Amino acid sequence: MSWVDDWGLSLATFLPALGVVILMFLPNRESLVKITGTAFAGLALIAGILCAVRFDYSRGDQIQLEVDSTWIETIGARYHVGADGMSLPLLLLSVLVCFLCMVYMWWHIPEPGKPKAFFALVLLLETGMNGTFVALDLILFFIFFELVLVPMYFMIGIWGGPDRDYASVKFFLYTLFGSIFMLLGFLALWIHSGAETFDIIALRESTAGASELFQNLVFLGLFLGFAIKVPMWPFHTWLPDAHTEAPTVGSVLLAAVLLKMGTYGFIRIALPILPDAAVTFAPVIGILAVIGIIWGSLCCFAQTDLKRLIAFSSVGHMGFVMLGIATLTDTGINGAIFGMVAHGLITGMLFFLAGSIHERYHTREIAALGGVLKQIPRFGSVFSFAAIASLGLPGLAGFWGEMLALLGAYQPAPGLNVELFRVLMVIGGIGTVLTAGYLLWTVQRVNLGTVPDKFASGKGIFDVERLEWTAWVPLLLLIVVAGFYPALLTNVTADAVGGLAGIFGA
Amino acid sequence: MNPLLAQSVTQPSVDWHALAPELVMAGTACLVLVADLFLPRNAKWIAMPLSAAGIIGTLAAVVSLINTETTTLAGTFEVDAFSLLFKGLFCVLGLIILAISFHYFRAGSYYQGEYYFLLLCSLFGGLVIASARDLISLFIALELISIPGIVMVALRKGDARANEGALKFFLFSVLSSAVMLYGMSLVYGVTGSTILSEIRTSIGSGDEPLVVLSVFFVVVGFAFKISAVPFHFWAPDTYEGAPSPVAAFLSTASKIGGFVGLLVLMFKAFPEVADTWAPVFAVLAALTMTVGNLIALRQQHVIRLLAYSGIAQSGYILVCLALINPGNPDANEQAFAAAVIYLAIYGIMDLGAFAAAVAFARRGGTYFISDYAGLWQRSPVLALLFGGFLISLAGAPPMAGLIAKLFVFAATIEAEVYWLAIVMGVNTVIAAWYYLALIKKMFFETPELDEPVEVPYLLSAAMGIAAALLVALLVYPPLLTNLADRSIF
Repeated sequence: MSWVDDWGLSLATFLPALGVVILMFLPNRESLVKITGTAFAGLALIAGILCAVRFDYSRGDQIQLEVDSTWIETIGARYHVGADGMSLPLLLLSVLVCFLCMVYMWWHIPEPGKPKAFFALVLLLETGMNGTFVALDLILFFIFFELVLVPMYFMIGIWGGPDRDYASVKFFLYTLFGSIFMLLGFLALWIHSGAETFDIIALRESTAGASELFQNLVFLGLFLGFAIKVPMWPFHTWLPDAHTEAPTVGSVLLAAVLLKMGTYGFIRIALPILPDAAVTFAPVIGILAVIGIIWGSLCCFAQTDLKRLIAFSSVGHMGFVMLGIATLTDTGINGAIFGMVAHGLITGMLFFLAGSIHERYHTREIAALGGVLKQIPRFGSVFSFAAIASLGLPGLAGFWGEMLALLGAYQPAPGLNVELFRVLMVIGGIGTVLTAGYLLWTVQRVNLGTVPDKFASGKGIFDVERLEWTAWVPLLLLIVVAGFYPALLTNVTADAVGGLAGIFGA
Repeated sequence: MNPLLAQSVTQPSVDWHALAPELVMAGTACLVLVADLFLPRNAKWIAMPLSAAGIIGTLAAVVSLINTETTTLAGTFEVDAFSLLFKGLFCVLGLIILAISFHYFRAGSYYQGEYYFLLLCSLFGGLVIASARDLISLFIALELISIPGIVMVALRKGDARANEGALKFFLFSVLSSAVMLYGMSLVYGVTGSTILSEIRTSIGSGDEPLVVLSVFFVVVGFAFKISAVPFHFWAPDTYEGAPSPVAAFLSTASKIGGFVGLLVLMFKAFPEVADTWAPVFAVLAALTMTVGNLIALRQQHVIRLLAYSGIAQSGYILVCLALINPGNPDANEQAFAAAVIYLAIYGIMDLGAFAAAVAFARRGGTYFISDYAGLWQRSPVLALLFGGFLISLAGAPPMAGLIAKLFVFAATIEAEVYWLAIVMGVNTVIAAWYYLALIKKMFFETPELDEPVEVPYLLSAAMGIAAALLVALLVYPPLLTNLADRSIF
């Protein structure tokens, strides 16, 4: 199995891309397309699992399964991939969710059909996402980071809802704008390193003697790129539009994996390479994060569309993740990674459910729904379960991310303003109450009450389908497992996060 | 005796192998012209395979010269990695242009033999300009590229727009030649030589106002040829009036020829006085990008859109020239390599986009963006390829446009010209808007017509090869970047 050490990560990244090429030349037969697409996502999943098997968890702080070979020699960009305790969980999340999306797509492909293009786009997206989580070279990272733009743009634009033109272009231009400043930041690091290297690991030592202004400017560039992707308040406005208009699978992938590319960028690149600037920016990030938590929660109360509500709840949840990162502590960053994975599982699940509700009731208007639990009890139970997981009930995955992030804020890293972060902690705590409020209210309106007359006949309203179960059970199980046994995840991340937090003296 | 006369009497030694690509190309051009006289009317199309064979022969000659570094014709003609890279590029672009042209000219029964002859002459000019190392041969090569171009624009004699386009192109071309020649004569007056390497050594000691003036005139002359703002007015009208394959040629091979001449001149003859001309290029670059992009936002005609997009794209290459600073050789090399990489990738992706536009217009003859609605549902492959080229022009994966932009950004940061980097960044976002608008039409809207757009195999093959090249260059950029690195002067 030692070949996994050399090839595992590359296979997980490029098998989906190979699938795209093969799909392009396949005849347009639906079953063939579905089998091929799922097979390649499955192969990527297997490659990801093999990587997890070969990974040495006692050395989680070190880069493993590493490949480092020449690529663009003239500027010193290398094909350098590897995984440590911070990237492995996200890679696994990505390969798993992509595969489950494929399964879900057997059940349903939205209008206007075209399964071949749809499967190909999901696979292309997967290559971009997996690549982002394993890239250890800034240029490689940048290309993967950009690679997700095009498939997501087309997914929203072709299979999206009525306002898809606006949403897709907004998504594309907003993210492109951010990533250009991110690129400028990368290039500044490259020039400054003296050795002209783009290596994310090697760059860590390079900024030690850099001027404060340089560090802050570069951090600002990276911040723009990552914060738009996360998205942090006030750069979040593309997200509700994109989520609302995207087809179910697009929303799931966007929420479950795509947003994590931004937060991952912070912990993989911005923090370790520019620690001094990170300390300078941490209060700002913390404040924006908490505004995001409150803002997102309050917006949720005002939403009438179920999908838009879940989208705004993402703004809030990612606020917790960013608050955890802003504390620059062991606890906080562990919580952030936990929050990323948990949000991926739970919100991915919620978007699946929102899509399935739309399939059954042909509406996502919360006011038009009611009595779902009564009419289709299993579906209703799953919905309640996911919503409660999302509000952070102890014992389920959503709890630990929020709890650790808030705990981290109680005692932020040395050099940060303790009072400020405690205030942020309190406000964040209020946010958890608001979160519980809107989610319970949503469950009440959707699940409970009487079945509206329109749907009383029950025509076309069926309980959870077999393929839906197949796609959802792994997510549901993981939500429970991660909730009951958080060490499963924190053991993987702890060493790597410890190394990162060590830079900040905490 | 007059020293000039004495020079002309001594026979310079000639390295025939070094001239092989040019000889093959020129020979093919003559052959095509003669063959055309004897071909019956319905077999005139044979001129195209004949030309293709000639270009492939030229390419073979270029390949046979790899790793050769030599100078011949009394120092006016140099074969090095740079010239070979561009000769190869002109051959590749030439082949794609032939594929675009074939059905267009055959169906329209235009002057096929003449057209291919003129095209080969222009490409011949491209080959020469990559090797030209003195003012006179540089000038002749440049005229050799553009004068056949003027005739090609006017091939549709009965069309008023074609005549308008050709006339504008002709007048601007003559004007720019005059300005450039005036500049060159001043350079000769200051330095007493037309050989670039000799100009380089003596221009620094010249009378400064005169040097600035002469360089300025030369730059303005080139700015017309490469349609930099504010000397771009001829381009959109000319492209629109010209037969579309000719517009494709003007926007890629011809423009790249102009840039090659500019690079040779600036890096071989004027590097010592870079501080006088680099700021001029900075202003030109910022203007060219911004104005080109802003006007492109409003275009409803695909060829005009591509024309303005091409103008904006030239801005990125001009940026590379704006970065030159005599005191920073590393950054200069980076900028030079970036220009070379951008030119090569731009040539392929822009030609791909033109090919797609020609393929679409072949049946209905329409170039209006509104007619592209729902193309994806009618002809998925064509829409996919066109979309890919547009995304690449916008600078996003999965094609190599991103690599081109990346290298220009890297050079800009290395040269520490941050304001240009910001201008480029903002422009990239603006440009994405209009590329996406066309993509939106093709993919997100429902078609009014159902029948698929028939694309001839030759055109499909040309587009497919261009797309494959671009994907390969994104996955493994060293295919090009190593060549560009070796070609640095």
